[in-house]
Amino acid sequence: MRLEYFEMIDRVLSHDATHLTAQAHVPEASPVFEGHFPGFPLMPGVLMIEAMAQACGWLMVTRSQFSRMALLAKVREAKLRGMVKPGALLTVTAELIHDGSGYAVLRGTLAEGTARAAEAELTLRTMAFPAPELEAAMRARALVIGLA
Amino acid sequence: MSSAASEQTFETIADIIAETASVDRAKITPGAHVINDLGIDSLDFLDIVFEIDKRFGVKVPVEAWTEQVNSGKAPAEQFFVLGALCQRIDELVAAKQA
Repeated sequence: MRLEYFEMIDRVLSHDATHLTAQAHVPEASPVFEGHFPGFPLMPGVLMIEAMAQACGWLMVTRSQFSRMALLAKVREAKLRGMVKPGALLTVTAELIHDGSGYAVLRGTLAEGTARAAEAELTLRTMAFPAPELEAAMRARALVIGLA
Repeated sequence: MSSAASEQTFETIADIIAETASVDRAKITPGAHVINDLGIDSLDFLDIVFEIDKRFGVKVPVEAWTEQVNSGKAPAEQFFVLGALCQRIDELVAAKQA
């Protein structure tokens, strides 16, 4: 993970048409921890949700064979069950609930070992890539995380 | 509404809109434009479509409809006025069952 660059997914471990499992290693140090919180560094809850959203997004991007981008539109029933500290090795999962026209609803989870740290139902808008630079960046990042 | 099935479809979809977007049920009429008259924004509309997809077992082709409207091939009223929307849903259900 590079929190300040919103690179939340380090490695995709497995995926099929409706599921994706990924690994995310929380860095030991990040400017984010300087403010969140001084003397008690924690991964912000919004970034835990972002990690789940990115796992869900990668699932939708690969389902479309890199023809469509997915953007977070709604977070429902989010539960932040545990505190995530620097150095944590996280498993992030995405499960497709419904693939609609221009949107998808998925279930995301985030766990440290066997301990569930977060979960949420996430709605993503799906659309053709709005810029070639974005498509190129997604394809390049997919190679890094072992998705392509 | 052109048929009894559409009446039932209208009631179901009106309930979905009222519940999902917190719209006064009395304002939801067959002649109401979902966006212009009911004040539903794109995210609420997305939630409504999700509920319609689930309850009717279809995939409402919102992207194709929007493309037709934006390209001038069809008027927005064909898809986004409630009575017409119900007819489109009935057609989707019938096509799925055929």
